[in-house]
Amino acid sequence: MLVRLIEFFGVIIVKPVEGVGRALLLLGSVLKNIFKPPFDIRNIFGQMLEIGVNSLPVVLITAIFTGMVLALQSFTGFKRFGAEGLVGSVVALSMTRELGPVLSALIVTGRAGAAMAAELGTMRVTEQIDALETLATNPVKYLVVPRFLSGTIMLPALAVVTDIVGIIGGYLVTVVWLGASSKAYMRATWDFLKTDDIYSGLIKSCFFGAAFTLISCYKGFYAKGGAEGVGQATTGAVVFSSMTILISDYFLSAWLFK
Amino acid sequence: MIELKGIHKSFEEKAVLRGVDLKVEKGESVVVIGGSGSGKSVLLKHIIGLLKPEEGTVTIDSTDISRLDEDGLNELRKKTGMLFQSAALFDSMNVWENVGFGLKRHTSMTDREIKEIAVQKLKLVGLTGVEGLMPSELSGGMKKRVGLARAIAMEPDILLYDEPTTGLDPIMADAINDLIIKMREKLHVTSVAITHDMRSAYKIADTIAMLYNGVIIARGTTDEIKNTSDPVVRQFIEGRSTGPIIIEGIER
Repeated sequence: MLVRLIEFFGVIIVKPVEGVGRALLLLGSVLKNIFKPPFDIRNIFGQMLEIGVNSLPVVLITAIFTGMVLALQSFTGFKRFGAEGLVGSVVALSMTRELGPVLSALIVTGRAGAAMAAELGTMRVTEQIDALETLATNPVKYLVVPRFLSGTIMLPALAVVTDIVGIIGGYLVTVVWLGASSKAYMRATWDFLKTDDIYSGLIKSCFFGAAFTLISCYKGFYAKGGAEGVGQATTGAVVFSSMTILISDYFLSAWLFK
Repeated sequence: MIELKGIHKSFEEKAVLRGVDLKVEKGESVVVIGGSGSGKSVLLKHIIGLLKPEEGTVTIDSTDISRLDEDGLNELRKKTGMLFQSAALFDSMNVWENVGFGLKRHTSMTDREIKEIAVQKLKLVGLTGVEGLMPSELSGGMKKRVGLARAIAMEPDILLYDEPTTGLDPIMADAINDLIIKMREKLHVTSVAITHDMRSAYKIADTIAMLYNGVIIARGTTDEIKNTSDPVVRQFIEGRSTGPIIIEGIER
């Protein structure tokens, strides 16, 4: 009984530690291969298109509605104590510091992260990754590095778009629909917004981009056991990436905004 | 020359290879036979460095491949082609891009030159007019041929075949056997194939070796294997379910 209990808890502890260890080894291999020629520019651009440009429609819709609901909620709430004038500041600060980076990261994880895990997982179980190796091609350099780089570059770009579109959404609701002064909204937006807010949001985005691509590629790269394994890898990629984004968001915010 | 000495390999405490010794001379065609799950694929993957042995050495042309770094191993792989059981074509690329993948990565040829070579290699394996198709548009036999064209694109010295006829109808399987013989005659390659298809083994092998319980239990020419008195080999080559071979999960 005692042995079984120890075994049970042993597995609970050892498995995640082993997973983190292997993911860090993959990160090490990615970092080592980033600076090693040949540089696969075409492949990197292809991934940037997939992760960044193809995610734009869904990111735009999410951003505008988030900005709009944020403005609506804060306007009606702040009205109770006569602080409607601060709506612009609330929208701008919330979007740049928090919602822009986090929402864009979560959406891209759901879209591109899941696709990455499924693609690499399928390649693993159909021996395509082995085939790459037999053709003298390092699969980490060929498959993971372009995705990792593209995620780290494109997520901050998407976060900037989310910030701007969110602020426009807030403007539309506050000024066009609720009839507040355009000048006052813009002043409230710019008066309290510092470049540090934008920078720190972008640093978070870079981290989220690196994290979700690494986790999604890791899950796909080490998928096992046919269609079921690919399914598990895809689910695992989205769940672990989202959790990592949300948990690291707190610690990064605590560090960046102290 | 390929030489495996005392190869041990286990997965999650299950010993798959328990001291495999196998020697393949230059230009020789060796077929390793054995039941499903006997570790044939594991053995083949050691020759191209996809797996590393826990004990023992794999030597190719007097180089111990476990001592090679990544670049050294890649140089060796450029001289080795492998045909996978499922062909393992890259499904995001069309046929000629698959065949020319190695050339694209390791030479400075233009796309046009690569395509020309790919078309030549495809012709060698009996395929014409398919270079623009995607792998999903091909039949099983065509996929294997494209996989073979990809394996020979870099003009290797060694060709490895993982169950080359599995999953094909008898006529297509025989056509693949003919191709394997043609490759050897035309390209003078050393080849190692693993299979449980005895028709194929008899047709393509100079030497047959049987892997059982993690070791090579018999090795000989096709005729020697056909006439062996070893009860385990006899049971296997005759395809009988009764005999000394223990089949996992089946009670007798």
